[in-house]
Amino acid sequence: MTAEGSAGTEGAAGVAGAAGAEAAAGAARPGAAPRELQARFEELIAADERVEPRDWMPEAYRKTLVRQIAQHAHSEIIGMQPEGNWITRAPSLRRKAILLAKVQDEAGHGLYLYAAAETLGVDRADLLDALHTGRQKYSSIFNYPTLTWADIGAIGWLVDGAAIINQIPLQRCSYGPYARAMVRICKEESFHQRQGFELLHDLAHGTPEQHAMAQDALDRWWWPSLMMFGPPDAESAHSAQSMAWRIKRHSNDDLRQRFVDISAPQAEALGLTIPDPDLRWNEERGHYDFGEIDWSEFQEVLAGNGPCNRQRVAQRVRAHEDGEWVRQAALAYAAKQEAKLAAKPAANLSENPSETKEVVAA
Amino acid sequence: MSTGLPLWEVFIRSRRGLSHQHVGSVHASDAEMALRNARDLYTRRGEGVSIWVVPAAQVSASSPDEKEPFFDPAADKTYRHPTFYRIPEGVKNL
Ligand SMILES: [Fe+2]
Ligand SMILES: [Fe+2]
Repeated sequence: MTAEGSAGTEGAAGVAGAAGAEAAAGAARPGAAPRELQARFEELIAADERVEPRDWMPEAYRKTLVRQIAQHAHSEIIGMQPEGNWITRAPSLRRKAILLAKVQDEAGHGLYLYAAAETLGVDRADLLDALHTGRQKYSSIFNYPTLTWADIGAIGWLVDGAAIINQIPLQRCSYGPYARAMVRICKEESFHQRQGFELLHDLAHGTPEQHAMAQDALDRWWWPSLMMFGPPDAESAHSAQSMAWRIKRHSNDDLRQRFVDISAPQAEALGLTIPDPDLRWNEERGHYDFGEIDWSEFQEVLAGNGPCNRQRVAQRVRAHEDGEWVRQAALAYAAKQEAKLAAKPAANLSENPSETKEVVAA
Repeated sequence: MSTGLPLWEVFIRSRRGLSHQHVGSVHASDAEMALRNARDLYTRRGEGVSIWVVPAAQVSASSPDEKEPFFDPAADKTYRHPTFYRIPEGVKNL
């Protein structure tokens, strides 16, 4: 009962839009002053409760969430491209099936996240438009090319590995629909990371050429993976406010350190060398020390000058435009079916009394 | 250039004996496509035995801001709970 009730709330908010939701909130209690609403919002955050779609929320909180969730969703679907590049060239049927399932999961992650963003009163079509026109970004890591099959292993191990470390705390994010989407995503990520590690392990323990290919992939993906956690805390523009709102729970540098601490021994198990001469265990700190990150490269890629920025967006736009006739045709078919149903005598309608559709798996 | 498909809310019965629970939403032109999309999106690992899809526009919801007046009638009727009643000590199975 409770679950379905709250679900309904979410659905309606998705439709009514944030403007509508806020208007509704204001209208429901004309006496509720903005200060009172703000106080109630802050109470929820302080009590570590979840904010749900139809709750009143500060406009800046809503905007921050839309920006972050949309960027996250865009990263998931753009992330399909570097890996999709190798589906037709996977070296075995086993690897091909795994890669297909992995890339399909990433499409799913994008869709969970667009659905979460829509509960904030934005439209998926508008978010896609913002991606296609460069008004919204996606993770810079996907602007690097996948040059060899070993890159598929490096992406699974390092890129999905870094994503997991970023995403685990987001399961407790203060915004309910985002947190719930992250729970689903995190459940699926561990397969992604393990298949990558296994792939790389096989190569690293194969022929000398295969080992060299694995090492080359690690050499190219290591530093961009560290950049996935974002700029250093001192320069991170939105971090402090996001932490106060409990959208974010750990600083960029803390998460990056965790990633290095986890990955260093894993590289040893692979028999590969992390391309950082300064990487070493620091007994005193109980952490690995590591070298300086080249942030100018990060800024360059962010500015649109990475190896694949233009190609990624162009391919996304093409896929969207190529699908336009399918969406048009589906809508035309649905309108035709509806017209047919409306023309039928009323008695026949009783067969299908409700608009709710159900399917029962065999 | 872009055609938006309508939004559908998705409910899944994860296994027999449990009720359907809201899991998220999909875009689709009609109920048939919404069911297929929901299957592909929310049950890739056997998470469900039955799916409902409902046009999001058809969902009516209570507003969280009406919380107090709307749910007020339940607040002052403590006699609806078994703990309201005094039972002499030693009485069993009650
Ligand atoms: Fe993902
Ligand atoms: Fe993944």
